Amino acid sequence: MRRNINVITSVDWLTIFLYLLLVLLGWINIYSAVYDDEHKSIFDFTQRYGKQIIFIAAAVFIAVCLLIIESNFYSLFAYGIYALMILLLISVLFLGKEVNGSRSWFEMGEVRLQPAEFAKFATCLALARLLSDHNFRFRDRKFVARIILIIMLPVGLILLQRDAGSALVYYLFIIVLYREGMPALIFFLGLAIPVLFVVTLLFDKIYLFVFLLSLFYIFFYAMYLNLKHLGISLAIFTGSVLLAISYFFINNQETDWSYVLLVSFGLSSLVYFFLEFRYKLRNAFIINMIVLCSIGFTFTVDYVYNNVLHKHQKIRIDVLLGLDQDVKGVGYNVNQSMIAIGSGGPFGKGFLHGTQTKLNYVPEQDTDFIFCTVGEEWGFTGSVFVLLLFAFLLIRLIYLAERQRSVFSRVYGYGVVAILFFHLAINIGMTIGLAPVIGIPLPFFSYGGSSLWAFTILIFIFLRLDSSRMQLL
Amino acid sequence: MDSFAQRKYIIGALILLMLLTFVIRLFYLQIINEEYKISAENNSRRYVVQYPSRGLVYDRNGKLLVENQAAYDIMVIPRQIKDLDTFALCQLMDVDIEYARKFFRREKNSYKPVVFIPQLSLEKFAAIQDHLFKFPDFYPQTRSLRKYPFPNAAHVLGYIGEVDSSIISKNPYYKMGDYIGISGIEKSYEDELRGRKGVKIFLVDVHNRIKENFENGKYDTAAIVGNDITTTLDIELQKYGELLMANKRGGIVAIEPSTGEILALVSSPSYDPNLLVGRARSKNYPVLNADIEMKPLFNRAIMSSQTPPGSTFKLVNALVGLQEGVITRESRFSCSAGYIIGSFKVGCHAHASPLDLENSIGNSCNAYYCNVFRKIVDNRKYKSVRKGYEVWRRHVNSFGLGTVIDTDLPMSKSYSGTIGNPDRWDKIHGKGKWKSLSIISLAIGQGEVGASPFQLANLVSAIANRGYFYIPHIVKKIAGNRKVDKKYLKKVFTTVESRHFEPVINGMELAVYGPGGTAHIAQIEGIRVCGKTGTAQNPHGENHSLFVAFAPKENPKIAIAVLVENGGYGGTWAAPIASLMMEKYLKDSISGPLRKDLEKRMIEGDLIHKNNEAQH
Repeated sequence: MRRNINVITSVDWLTIFLYLLLVLLGWINIYSAVYDDEHKSIFDFTQRYGKQIIFIAAAVFIAVCLLIIESNFYSLFAYGIYALMILLLISVLFLGKEVNGSRSWFEMGEVRLQPAEFAKFATCLALARLLSDHNFRFRDRKFVARIILIIMLPVGLILLQRDAGSALVYYLFIIVLYREGMPALIFFLGLAIPVLFVVTLLFDKIYLFVFLLSLFYIFFYAMYLNLKHLGISLAIFTGSVLLAISYFFINNQETDWSYVLLVSFGLSSLVYFFLEFRYKLRNAFIINMIVLCSIGFTFTVDYVYNNVLHKHQKIRIDVLLGLDQDVKGVGYNVNQSMIAIGSGGPFGKGFLHGTQTKLNYVPEQDTDFIFCTVGEEWGFTGSVFVLLLFAFLLIRLIYLAERQRSVFSRVYGYGVVAILFFHLAINIGMTIGLAPVIGIPLPFFSYGGSSLWAFTILIFIFLRLDSSRMQLL
Repeated sequence: MDSFAQRKYIIGALILLMLLTFVIRLFYLQIINEEYKISAENNSRRYVVQYPSRGLVYDRNGKLLVENQAAYDIMVIPRQIKDLDTFALCQLMDVDIEYARKFFRREKNSYKPVVFIPQLSLEKFAAIQDHLFKFPDFYPQTRSLRKYPFPNAAHVLGYIGEVDSSIISKNPYYKMGDYIGISGIEKSYEDELRGRKGVKIFLVDVHNRIKENFENGKYDTAAIVGNDITTTLDIELQKYGELLMANKRGGIVAIEPSTGEILALVSSPSYDPNLLVGRARSKNYPVLNADIEMKPLFNRAIMSSQTPPGSTFKLVNALVGLQEGVITRESRFSCSAGYIIGSFKVGCHAHASPLDLENSIGNSCNAYYCNVFRKIVDNRKYKSVRKGYEVWRRHVNSFGLGTVIDTDLPMSKSYSGTIGNPDRWDKIHGKGKWKSLSIISLAIGQGEVGASPFQLANLVSAIANRGYFYIPHIVKKIAGNRKVDKKYLKKVFTTVESRHFEPVINGMELAVYGPGGTAHIAQIEGIRVCGKTGTAQNPHGENHSLFVAFAPKENPKIAIAVLVENGGYGGTWAAPIASLMMEKYLKDSISGPLRKDLEKRMIEGDLIHKNNEAQH
């Protein structure tokens, strides 16, 4: 009894409040997305919003149970839980029900469960357990191998279920590893390469260039605050650009901006290399090289994709990026999604007044594309509000993770942050055309028991760990 | 102890960077870019046109002439079709399986509804309606087609057809697939008959299925039904006229002189207007159009305006002569079987001579009118022949001859007939070198003079009214408080004073009743008929038979002009037909064995196939 009272006073109520608020907003939007004139009662359990109420009730029940369990349980049984989940992932391959080409669901009467959702927190626990080992060092190859094994085992099994979206989530565990001491270079390359890869294939190179160049100049100035050097570099850059434009103009050719920018940047950065060597600015040199390499990388990706890869290889990449999900032509889903969100305007069309989502123009509108309903009915104001809520939650979770006294709890906390972050970035990113269409749910919003319960478990284990942080020294 | 604690800032910054990117993107999508809002509207709104039913058309006695019948287009959205049993479908709809295959090959990608089978009749649709549920992707769309209870008056009523691109570009009201009046009163009263289309706005889902009314129908507009029209036609008379004209080429126009209302407008050969309804039109129109032997689409009553009026024109010359004062009712001119000056001769038939004005009409003396015409044109008063001729021409024009009669039948505007233009005489004979004798054939209605039966009927209507006419028109009343154009209520005066008409009318009476009269056959028991025969010379074959008449002499109820092509003398075909028409109209039936016999002879008379036999 004393322990329970202890939990009630020491648990982070702010996070619970944010959690409940997001779940409530999610339910409201599911209601609106599914709503039609024939089914108006909010307790109509034949409808998805009715079912979601049951899911939410179950989630609350789960949350309470998790808070009651002794916090030592999680670290003690981390590997056991992990092993159980791996077992489930294997068995679903044989016993699961095939839905939309992926065999990732257990079906038991009315209830359908997706083990891949629950494997996330299990992997998180196992990783936390491994990294909290007193002998853990990143230099130790044995540990690195174990890390890779722990992460790749579920990834491999999920890929076998043909659920690429859920598998990609595990990639963001590099955030956790970075926090725990993985070399920064690996972290940044690990983030930059896939981002650049996707961005290169999804967007025009030129936007990326402008972005990277601005980043470079800002960084450099921010680090050394030397206006003179910045001025010289910019002058060379501008001169080179003007020269190149006039060259194209005189020869009556269309200006190839990406090459103009590349050459000009190369020339202007010579100044920096010179300065960096002279003043031995090692960090600046590294950043300089990273930006330069990024640009080179985008060129390589572009070239390889267009000139080296065979058609079937391109198709495989397209599948990975979700470019193949265009049932009705190029970018249909994303386009409809952006139309729905864009038509919301500054303040939205109002609750239950969205036309695009209500009339099923947006596919998967109550699951993966639930954010369209938010965008259409609540407009820019509502969308930003939801984004801010998520941001607040993530920052709060980082804060909580940082105040942990045990490495286990901190690693687990960062794991929660990483998983939520990935879901958020990809899910909302895809609805507004910034990320490839990868079918993963928006935490707390998307319809479905498995994902809601999985995120609930993920967060509440952490809250339980957090509430007992004082018990450890 | 924890050397990597600073990294939390990098991680936090990454999260915020992503959120910032998203906010910027949302700002662009939702606030800056307007395109998505427009796309959203185009996406989800469907404008469903509500077609009003077209106005009905009645005859002067309230008999329905044109009504609407429902037809059903079987529609389908090809992209929605799942599991279609094409064979069963074709069996149900009674179409060729090849047709269906071709259709689906052509339309398989359409998200918009397309017509699978156009214009099924009510009977056919009723037969399949109960089974249509087996093909839930197919649904009927009602269309309104015309239907004609009487197979008559095709040329007056006209027909409707789908608009073409040139009409759409001129008038934005019309959209592809709309119907528009193409001829007859369907054309001239299009604006009244068509009503006004309405629109219903629906929200449609991604599968183009209608979900709900947009804003509860706040922006919908109701279709306004077309106005019904009551015509001036007497359909019984019209029917009778068409019967009499069977197997003859020509036209009949009957007018009520006291109002200008057209009682009958017959063109023969004609066709059943039901042939040009809906889908049948595309099949039948080319057939009718290609029939150059019969030219059933050619409205002879109005379009035969180049036919010379022959002796009926003498009425005009007599009236102009009296008005100009070059003759009086007592004026006599001798006739020696013709009008002879030197070697020049206009022939005439044998009759008593000399005749006065009234008898000259009754006997239709050519010589008399050569004298009258020369006196008018050569009148010293006007200094030159050209001046004299122009005065004459102006008088003639005032009877609606050689000018446009501004009526509500669309074709009449482009068929104004001919009264020889003096410039033309200048060209033929040299400027100032022509004399009245050069154009003497105008005296007897031959040569450079042409008038349609419609114009002749108007002429005789003006005579019956003793000096004025009402513009002949076909529409009596438009439902819904719409007044018929005021111009039809105004007397149009000829340039000939009322007092000059009496002798001419007496002459017309003599033609029917007098000694040597040319139209005794036109007599009707108990009714005084005034008429004038005409024989239009036809260089291509047998002369055309013409007759103009009105009856009764006092308070005329009907004025009529009849043209029977290749009918020979006016008295042979045109006069009896006109007489039977008048009797039918005035007495409702033909009485007496002699008249019955005449009627039978007229109905059975076959001038078309007789001529063909002669030619072959």
